This record gives sequence, C-alpha cells and structure tokens, in this order.
Amino acid sequence: MASTLEALKSAAEAALGANILSATIDRHELTLVCRADTIIETCTLLRDTPSLRFEQCVDLCGMDYSAYRDGVWEGSRFAVVCHLLSVANNQRVRVRFFATDDDFPVVPSLVDVWPGVNWFEREAFDLYGIIFDGHPDLRRLLTDYGFVGHPFRKDFPLSGHVEMRYDPVQARVIYQPVTIEPRENTPRIIREENYGG
Amino acid sequence: MAEIRNYTLNFGPQHPAAHGVLRLILELDGEVVQRADPHVGLLHRGTEKLAEYKTFLQSVPYMDRLDYVSMMCNEHAYVMAIEKLVGVEVPIRAQYIRVMFDEITRILNHLLWIGAHALDIGAMTMFLYAFREREDLMDVYEAVSGARMHAAYYRPGGVYRDLPDAMPQYKVSKIKNASQLAKLNENRQGSVLDFIEDFANRFPTYVDEYETLLTDNRIWKQRTVGIGVVTPERALALGFTGPMLRGSGIAWDLRKKQPYEVYDRVDFDIPVGVNGDCYDRYLVRVEEMRQANRIIKQCVEWLKKNPGPVITDNHKVAPPSRVNMKSNMEELIHHFKLFSEGMHVPEGEAYAAVEHPKGEFGIYLVSDGANKPYRLKIRAPGYAHLSGLDEMTRGHMIADVVSIIGTQDIVFGEIDR
Repeated sequence: MASTLEALKSAAEAALGANILSATIDRHELTLVCRADTIIETCTLLRDTPSLRFEQCVDLCGMDYSAYRDGVWEGSRFAVVCHLLSVANNQRVRVRFFATDDDFPVVPSLVDVWPGVNWFEREAFDLYGIIFDGHPDLRRLLTDYGFVGHPFRKDFPLSGHVEMRYDPVQARVIYQPVTIEPRENTPRIIREENYGG
Repeated sequence: MAEIRNYTLNFGPQHPAAHGVLRLILELDGEVVQRADPHVGLLHRGTEKLAEYKTFLQSVPYMDRLDYVSMMCNEHAYVMAIEKLVGVEVPIRAQYIRVMFDEITRILNHLLWIGAHALDIGAMTMFLYAFREREDLMDVYEAVSGARMHAAYYRPGGVYRDLPDAMPQYKVSKIKNASQLAKLNENRQGSVLDFIEDFANRFPTYVDEYETLLTDNRIWKQRTVGIGVVTPERALALGFTGPMLRGSGIAWDLRKKQPYEVYDRVDFDIPVGVNGDCYDRYLVRVEEMRQANRIIKQCVEWLKKNPGPVITDNHKVAPPSRVNMKSNMEELIHHFKLFSEGMHVPEGEAYAAVEHPKGEFGIYLVSDGANKPYRLKIRAPGYAHLSGLDEMTRGHMIADVVSIIGTQDIVFGEIDR
C-alpha cells in the first residue's frame, strides 16, 4: 500500500513538475498542493496522464483557514480541496489550491475538466464566496433565495444574522435580526502535545 | 403567425414524486423537456457548520439525519474518518457487526427505493410489499440501538453495544389477541441474530415476489427501458457512483476495490448493467439486495461463533464500561472527560468513503488538534446524481422525469445537508 502511494507520488511529480508546490503522504493519503493559476493544466494532466488517469472528481469543497489552530494560519485564507478518483488505476489523490486574494477569492473553474464539479463549485461559491472563473452558471444553490453572506466562513455566526417569521400585520413572511443568544456548551480547546500522557 | 415559446413548468417542492423537497423548473417544448433546473437547499440545515461547533462524538446522530433511509452507512463513513485520524483499531467483532448492519441498511434503502420508484411509475403494490420487510429490519435497528431509524449505533472505535441476547417481542394490546401474538412472535423467540438469520432465509422469496411483479411487467419496462441512458464515460465524468455507475457497465464497488472493515473476508458478487438505462439500474439494485442478503448470512454465521469486544479499550476514544466507571477513579475521569470535553483528534486531514447504498458516501474531515472538527465535508452521492439530472432528462417526455428522479434514488437529507 505504501509503495503504490510512493509510486503515485513520484508519477505525479514527474507529470506535473513545477505545477505542484508540495506532495505529502499522510495516513495513506496523498495530498498535492498545487498552484491556482495553472490548476486547469494540472488537472487536465491528472486526468489524461496514463499513470494517473483520475477520470473522476469525487468531491470538491471550499475551505476557510482563517481560524485554523485559533488563528495562527499564515498564508491564503481560502482554499479549494478536490478529491480525485482513478477507476482505471484504483487510486485516490487530494488536490488543494489556494485563492491568492483573501478579500475577493477567485480560482479557475474545473468544469471543463470534470463536468461533474458544476454543483460542487456552486456550493463552494454559495457557502464560502469563492468565485470560480469560467463557471457557466455560478448561482447560489443551498441557501435561501436572496440570502446575504457566505454562511460557512469562519466569521459567519452559527445562528446567522437574520431569522424568518410570519408577520400577521403585514400578512407575509418577514426577515428580522436573530433573537437567539449565541451559546457555547463545550468550549473549543486545543491541547499541547502529549497532554495527559 | 403565432409565436411559439417554450413552456416553463414548476415541479415541486410539494409534489409526491419529488421525493421530498425537490423543486424543478422544467422548460418544455410541448411535452419534451428542454432543460431541467433543480432548485435544492430547501432542507439545508448546515450539518457541516453545526459539526464544527460540536465535539466529534456529538455529531454522530447528525449523520443519521443526512440520508435518512440509510442511516448506519452514513455513520460508518463518519466514524471511519475519525478512526483514520486517531489511528484506532476496531475490534474484529465490531467490524463484522458494522458490515452486517451496512448490508441491512442497504436492503432497507433499496426497499424504500423500489417501493417509491414503483409507486411513482404507477405500481402501488410494491410500496406495501417493501414496507412489510422494512418493518422487520427496523425492528432489528430498534433492538440494537433503541431507535427505529436514527440509530447512532456506530461509534468511533466500534459499535455502541453488543447484539442483545433476546429479540424484543410484541405485547398483548387491545387489537392483538393471544393467537395473533403467538404468530407474530414466532420468529422472535431467540436472539437478535436468530431473528436476522430467519429474515435472511425468508428474504430471497420476497425479492422473487418483487421481480414477479416488475421484472417482466410490460408497463414497468415501457416506463424504464431506454429511459435516462448514461454512457460509462459520461457517468464517470459526471461523478456518478454506486448503482448509477454500475448500471452503465462499470464494475466499480468500493467494497471490492478498496475493501474496508471485513468486506475482503465475505463472499459476494457485484452486479453490473449493460445499457445504462433505468431498467438496468433497477436490475442492479435488485441483485444488490440478494447479494446483501448473502453477506448478512455470512456475518450472522461468524458472529454466532465468535464472541468478543465490540468497542476499542482505548478510553481516550471510547467510554469505559459502566461497572468500571462506577468503581475505578481513573475510569471515572476518562468517562467524564470524554463526554464533557470530548476526544482530541490529532492534527491532520482524512477522507473516508464507504459504498453507501446510493453510491460513494465520503467524509472529508480536517482537524487542527481540537476537540471539535475544523471542517467536515460530506460527500453525498445523491448530490452528484441530481446535478446530472438536467443532462439525463433532456429530450425525454415530462413523465420520464419522474422515472429518472426515481432511478437516481434521491433523498434530500443528504443532498441539502
């Protein structure tokens, strides 16, 4: 198992060259961190090179690293993570690329490489506000019609900003600021190495 | 000359054939679909965001509520992702129990699918037949976990408890007299495993009944043969997995290709379709029910012979037994810390995928070393399938949209998350 992963890693490094910034194997999974500007070329190579043949993009999701380890993250805030699957060679790889601008994250769309990522990119746009350049139909998908904000960003509160209720006077459903008090039952704690033995 | 324009039709979200809360905007030319635009998100609960605010263990019950017809398979992917990050070993008996319940869940899912799919197309009886068997399996769920559907039975490191020695029985009530009761409780005299074995022996004849009703049925074939054809290349490119991929002729099954738990020790076959239409996917799923039954039988046989622990003894991950917790100070501390602060998962990321009844169900878990996940991404198979709906329905009649929604086995709990 380890040797096939090593082989995959060297095959990926040989095929992609300078397009990948790093390749790491952790917990029997290979992660490639790639340059965002050449990501379409990288992914086309990942799909078409015979030793790689990742013909399926199983999953694509957005990531917001701004609160990672309570805010020690240096580097770009938004990333896109793809999980690729090769049915021909029976292997998997994880590809991560960062959006360079934190305030207006834009990355190239992979729809032309794998048409199946269409909705996954719409979801990442909806939830994280990552813009996929070249996407044919980048609309919100999961949130409500007319929703404001990107709810999965770390600075978006869990209870949201607005709530909905029926207003009997106006005889329609209205939005109003949330009335829920934010509450934390179990605090989030990061322990030091080897805490408690 | 009159101007001819396409007709736009709103389908759902309250339509019975929409399988929940699907809203479809259909652009029609006469009765032919030109474009289908699914509007999803009406059941969006933000499970992934909620999980970031809960300890790892507290999110297990949320997993049941994703795809609410294959509850334990969802939990399975989630606990596997945690186990991969923590690096904890699962006892072999727990692995067999998980495999058995994954297959029970597969039958539960396919039964609901065959019932609902047939009902959409006009075969009322199938629904009643399928729910008759589902009742037995949900009783098994209840016997092991206390809940008929939302079990929360799989835990990181194993399963919550061992299989009970006695199968719960029906009790006397106003509407059940003694002779009825004796008949109902006939196969519930032994343990849960005996009941499952009895079910597994009965089940193939039930599947034969479904096939008698549908497989050669003229109407069924008219509604499914040649409808929603997907080529193998297209199925891969669109991210289809599970029966949607196998129906198109690609023999891809994670249970065989990337075996997890004890799938490499049980004997089963992977059915594969030829034409990639709704009928082939129906045949694939029916055969999957038979194969699932085969796996259940093998698991029951193994479980009857091999007692043992069902959850890891690493008390940083799984709680100690009640007796130890009450009598031992250290175990008491473990118990308290585990259920208040929760376990700490080492920094890193993992992707764990299971062959869910609908396809590849994956959990991508990122931990930064805290007691809560940093990011949880649920890869739902139905999501990729529904995104291919537009392409699958183009050029078909409006009635075929219902067949295609049925064949995709759409459940909104997992798509909207």
